[in-house]
Amino acid sequence: MAKKVYESAASALEGVLSNGMSIAAGGFGLCGIPENLLEAIKQAATKDLTFYSNNAGVDDFGIGILLQTKQVKKMVSSYVGENAEFMRQYLSGELELEFNPQGTLAERLRAGGAGIPGFYTKTGVGTVIAEGKEHKDFDGETYILEKGIRADLAIVKAWKGDEQGNLIYRKTARNFNPLCATSGKVTIAEVEEIVPTGSLDPDLIHTPGIFVQRIVQGQHEKRIEQRTLRVA
Amino acid sequence: MPWDRNQMAERAGKELQDGFYVNLGIGIPTLVSNYIPEGMDVTLQSENGMLGMGPFPTEAELDADVINAGKQTITELDRTSYFSSADSFGMIRGGHINLAILGAMEVAENGDLANWMIPGKLVKGMGGAMDLVAGVERVVVIMDHTSKHGDSKLLKSCTLPLTGTAVVDRIITNLGVFDVVDGGLKIVELAPEVTEQDVRAATEAALV
Repeated sequence: MAKKVYESAASALEGVLSNGMSIAAGGFGLCGIPENLLEAIKQAATKDLTFYSNNAGVDDFGIGILLQTKQVKKMVSSYVGENAEFMRQYLSGELELEFNPQGTLAERLRAGGAGIPGFYTKTGVGTVIAEGKEHKDFDGETYILEKGIRADLAIVKAWKGDEQGNLIYRKTARNFNPLCATSGKVTIAEVEEIVPTGSLDPDLIHTPGIFVQRIVQGQHEKRIEQRTLRVA
Repeated sequence: MPWDRNQMAERAGKELQDGFYVNLGIGIPTLVSNYIPEGMDVTLQSENGMLGMGPFPTEAELDADVINAGKQTITELDRTSYFSSADSFGMIRGGHINLAILGAMEVAENGDLANWMIPGKLVKGMGGAMDLVAGVERVVVIMDHTSKHGDSKLLKSCTLPLTGTAVVDRIITNLGVFDVVDGGLKIVELAPEVTEQDVRAATEAALV
């Protein structure tokens, strides 16, 4: 059995990075992002990256750190506010941007990972999103064709994982992670804790290890984007 | 007197029904959670992947792994479930959510909605708005009736890029409540001391 556990994010990425590749990255806002792997990609200085990621991080955290070093060529995202450097690069034409509705992006990743090259959705019909896409009617309603995504690499963040790559996410940090995990030709998971095989309840595993080729335990800052408290 | 933000949210609270699964948008719609009628059982969905949203946390409850679609920290309830974003939009697109209450920049008399982009200004993205209006059973929008310059935001047709076509069922503005019906908008209710005359003067869309 090939060993999936790596000692560091940098070693987990060895041999899989190349300029111009596409990367599916899990996370919603700064919640559940593979922060250690993103930092290691920054250190590796891989260039011209296309990211499939719901958001683009903030200026100094998440994918934002790769925008600062100009390693990103294109973002496929649903929402990119909260990032001044992103806006600067986009408005100056340095960075390509493709907006996908959030549910369409999620389903594109899920479909791609499940061997489904395209699917019809009513999301975006009659908007700029539908321009140039095949339209088809089902039972009197119009839908557009969206394509599945296979990424060269997927990087995800989970709460716990075992030596087989079985993953469990925690609360809303799950978000896009299980979808990205299935969409990668190679998938690397960083987890808060690697536990021995057999210690996770098989009934509670979110991502079966078949989708995960490499796993690494990380240190997680888990930065909060909008710290909102209730008045006691 | 026209309604203020909280009064609009309070009026929107009357759109809720017992047993409803509801998605609230960012901004004034979020305030609607303060006006769930006493004793009514309503479950709030957050499109990043949570059903059963609780209130904002205390300092002690703060958890970076529990956030809403506006990226604010929140809390879970006994009924809460978590799921992937694909499952979440399966609920939304699949018509399993009863009601979405969203903000708007413009609404047209046929129910077209524009709420995600102003050309030439900062483009942030549509997030889940296009999926919500396409899939949720009933869509209610809360918005100011006019711009700061007094121009109607209830139009014959939208000038901004659309979020969805013929998707809005009801509009709650500071001046009143309006339903999208055949031929235009129908006045359902007026804010206190607001007259039909006031509404007609402030509305470009056809009022039927």
